[in-house]
Amino acid sequence: MSEDKLLEVKNLRISFPTTRDRIEVVKGISFDLGREKLGIVGESGSGKSLTGRSILKLIRAPGQVTADKLSFKNIDLLAQNEKQMRNIRGTKISMIMQDPKFSLNPVMTIGAQISESLNAHNKLSKSEVNQRVIDMLNDVKINDPERVVKLYPHEVSGGMGQRIMIAMMLIPQPDLLIADEPTSSLDVSVQAQVLNVIDDLISKKGMGLILISHDLVLTSRYCDRILVMKSGEIVEECKASELANAKHPYTRGLLAAIPSLNETRDELPTLNRLQKEPI
Amino acid sequence: MNAIELNELDIFYGDTQITDNISFDIKQGESFALVGESGSGKSTILKAIMGLAPKWNGSIKVNNVARSHGIDYDFAAQCQMVFQDPYGSLHPRKTVDATLSEPLTIHRISDQNERIEQVMQSVGLDLSFRFRYPHQLSGGQRQRVVIARALILEPKILLLDEPTSALDVSVQAEILNLFKKLRKERGLTYLMVTHNLPVVSFLCDRLAVIKAGKLVEVTGVEQLRQGNFKHAYTQELYAASGGVIS
Ligand SMILES: Nc1ncnc2c1ncn2[C@@H]1O[C@H](COP(=O)(O)OP(=O)(O)OP(=O)(O)O)[C@@H](O)[C@H]1O
Ligand SMILES: Nc1ncnc2c1ncn2[C@@H]1O[C@H](COP(=O)(O)OP(=O)(O)OP(=O)(O)O)[C@@H](O)[C@H]1O
Ligand SMILES: [Mg+2]
Ligand SMILES: [Mg+2]
Repeated sequence: MSEDKLLEVKNLRISFPTTRDRIEVVKGISFDLGREKLGIVGESGSGKSLTGRSILKLIRAPGQVTADKLSFKNIDLLAQNEKQMRNIRGTKISMIMQDPKFSLNPVMTIGAQISESLNAHNKLSKSEVNQRVIDMLNDVKINDPERVVKLYPHEVSGGMGQRIMIAMMLIPQPDLLIADEPTSSLDVSVQAQVLNVIDDLISKKGMGLILISHDLVLTSRYCDRILVMKSGEIVEECKASELANAKHPYTRGLLAAIPSLNETRDELPTLNRLQKEPI
Repeated sequence: MNAIELNELDIFYGDTQITDNISFDIKQGESFALVGESGSGKSTILKAIMGLAPKWNGSIKVNNVARSHGIDYDFAAQCQMVFQDPYGSLHPRKTVDATLSEPLTIHRISDQNERIEQVMQSVGLDLSFRFRYPHQLSGGQRQRVVIARALILEPKILLLDEPTSALDVSVQAEILNLFKKLRKERGLTYLMVTHNLPVVSFLCDRLAVIKAGKLVEVTGVEQLRQGNFKHAYTQELYAASGGVIS
């Protein structure tokens, strides 16, 4: 495997049991990731979050994951036990979950949680840690970080929760960041500022990024390459700058469904869901 | 007549003042957007209208009746809220079916089965999801359960907090078309929080812009479509939102 290849995924399948049978929700997808920004867009329920979670081996039974290859920097993830995975999570691969406030610890202050994720891997003095935490919150454009570190997760707004999660996942400087809808409740200007912080780590540390998002404008501008998923499969892959020329009818349908700033249509075009495969 | 009237509303969490002197009216049948800075108090305003913010001064009226500081069940039949955080607002041990039938049982509505099937179809959830728990659904599927729960009592007023931010753009388009159709057919009133200005352009008549707990501007959708704003902060939001895929 070449030096800059961070991640290699071959024939990844994820399935869950139903009353009758197992159903496959990710149906044999393959992709590679270098030190680059890969966007994953696509249908709701197409398997984007599960794909992200499977890289960290976070799919619990009765869910089942198989792959011909799942390797990260020459480490065979499939062969790692739970203890080994715990060492990889956070330090080497971090994931920003889709429901940030749900994945924060409800009984621990924001400041304590971010410090913990820093402390796990560094020996810094208490005041150094506090300063790093405040700086990181400033970087993700949190107003008044001194107040916010004392709050509990239920006391922060949706967009603040997202930025806190980003701060927490970036502070240990992972090699690979999987970000699942990390900025969906931020307005476009704050979003751009927060993504700049991620960019810094990519250029300084050579971090790789998988950005899962419904925002096609954002991914086409920010990422290098895009995968489009539908019903558990990758239906199209393109350079991010070429998204406008996408060929697959599903991708074309998505592009057509985006409203514009000067939107005067009475109805937005949707994909004909009657064509959806029966489950 | 006004569906919602806010007058000099100051909301507090403990000693911290979150909103400062917020006043606006929303007419019956109007679709009104609340946009602005993250952490500026948008969700807090919606929660106060629902009776979920314990401490506030000023007045809140819904259909001309002053709101109290608590929750009441009659109010739920008139006004429902779609919360910003779908995972947090769904009970982890309740299936989609239990979540949707609960309000029907409380309000003694009998044709439960039909209503549940109908509302699931209208938000584009396949009936095979009916007996799933929240953790067995994707983010966008959960968001649609929360929208279905708000619609099932057929309220006249909907408070929508980022209702489509977890949906792919095609499902978003379906939900937005549904909101538009319901408004046309049943005269619903919407108060919608969103950071997505194109969504406002499609669905709303007017928008209020809020920053650091204060209202900076209330304007019409025509002004938005033309990018014609009074306040510098709104101009900035507009300028940043102009992205198209080219
Ligand atoms: N524990 C589970 N049991 C059964 N099915 C599941 C489970 N978890 C997820 N699924 C199903 O797997 C499919 C893929 O889910 P996933 O969360 O990866 O979707 P997604 O692409 O991230 O969608 P969204 O954009 O809506 O977040 C969905 O149809 C979902 O209902
Ligand atoms: N329960 C609470 N206790 C203390 N402070 C709170 C509580 N809930 C919210 N806040 C504070 O109130 C402010 C406004 O939060 P709110 O959720 O209304 O913001 P918002 O405008 O909806 O932001 P976003 O767009 O990020 O969702 C924030 O500073 C937040 O920290
Ligand atoms: Mg997801
Ligand atoms: Mg909010």
